[in-house]
Amino acid sequence: MDIPDTLRYARSHEWVSQPEDGVVTVGISAFAQDQLGDVVFVELPAVGDEVAAGDAVAVVESVKTASDIYAPLTGTITAVNDALENAPERINEAPYEDGWLFRLQVDDPAAREGLLDADAYRAVCEEEA
Amino acid sequence: MTDFAGTRMPLQYPSGIAEEHLAVRERAGLFDVSHMAEFRVSGTGALDYLRFALLNDAKKLRVGRAHYTMIPNDRGGLVDDAYVYHLDETGWLIVANAANRGAVGTRLASLAKDRSDVEVRDVSDRWALLALQGPGAALLLDRLVDVDLTSVRKNDTLTALLGRAPVRLARTGYTGEDGFEVFARPEDAVAVWTALTDAGAEPCGLGARDTLRLEAGFPLFGHELTADTDPRCTPFDWVVKDKPFAGADGWSDEPGCERRLVGLRLLGRGIARQGYRVLRADEDAEVAGEVTSGTVSPLTRDSIAFAWLDADLTGADTEVAVEIRGQRVSATVVDLPFFRPDARVS
Repeated sequence: MDIPDTLRYARSHEWVSQPEDGVVTVGISAFAQDQLGDVVFVELPAVGDEVAAGDAVAVVESVKTASDIYAPLTGTITAVNDALENAPERINEAPYEDGWLFRLQVDDPAAREGLLDADAYRAVCEEEA
Repeated sequence: MTDFAGTRMPLQYPSGIAEEHLAVRERAGLFDVSHMAEFRVSGTGALDYLRFALLNDAKKLRVGRAHYTMIPNDRGGLVDDAYVYHLDETGWLIVANAANRGAVGTRLASLAKDRSDVEVRDVSDRWALLALQGPGAALLLDRLVDVDLTSVRKNDTLTALLGRAPVRLARTGYTGEDGFEVFARPEDAVAVWTALTDAGAEPCGLGARDTLRLEAGFPLFGHELTADTDPRCTPFDWVVKDKPFAGADGWSDEPGCERRLVGLRLLGRGIARQGYRVLRADEDAEVAGEVTSGTVSPLTRDSIAFAWLDADLTGADTEVAVEIRGQRVSATVVDLPFFRPDARVS
């Protein structure tokens, strides 16, 4: 299972990039996309939305099920991956790259340290697999 | 993997539902459907019994033929839908849904109990069942069996040898594609599966089975059909033949059909899933129906669904809305099936 060491993870399977100028990129993990199967629709938040950690802000829908995506940190949405509208399969093909979901200007960059590191997240995946 | 009607089954193999779906539409896919329930009905009174127990008319089936049918209950609904095969002069096989094995067994036994000329046995555990489906199925299977399949028509059934395994073949299936179902002894199941996959059949799971049957416009018990469904209000009303049948007292002479089962295509985004409400397209947006199954067609990418809909809305192209996570998504009523293999652009 591909779980990059450079990322942080939420227990609900979102990944969070290292911040650049206080902005992080968020997507779902390789484990999450594998569990969902073929993604067919994505509902993304709007740029400018203010979100709190734990808010359901997006939906990733596969043939099997629709899954809420939660904001891993509190902040403001600065960008969304519009390309997913016509190519939702990118989430399956490249969950950590072309399959990213949205960017978030975080209120408290230090809060990212409270998320799971790769080893801790790997343990979560092994529990759920 | 998933637990389905008491059997541990793959929802999908590593290639995934969409790939498996396309394998069946374009080549040949193989499903292990050994979980299905099978009942052997035999005796000189078997035909008479089946004509009474089932809604379609088994009298139409010569030896070596099969058809789709339904098993009515006593209160105007259904115990299950099923396929029935005429094996020999006095022998028949009913294949029903695994989840209804108990209910079907009970129903068939109760209708047979006062008859000395019919015997009904649950033979589910005596048959493994593999479904080889897709435009490439016949050619693939033809090379592996000792019979010539070119003269075998849709809904024919015959016995054969597949390698060294004695099997029953039927040109049936539930994907909308040409294909065969292979009944084998459980001890031969792995050898038959391996022979078919070695020959190029691609393993397919329950997920693709569901998307394929939906796209082909076939109902699934527990979704489109239930213990309360009057099949005369569905597109499958043709199954109900004009003859006496068990449970007829529970049926009105003329079905009310305040709602009818229709196909929907969504114009917006999202999947209409079982239980979602269907609303009128006008401002009041009153509830006008309920979704029974939905998916995105891996073939066309259309978001499609079955739904019960108020009878005044069931004409083709009527606009409605499906409520998906609190939002109204436009949809139109479409003719079934959603996909017709013979209309395929090749």
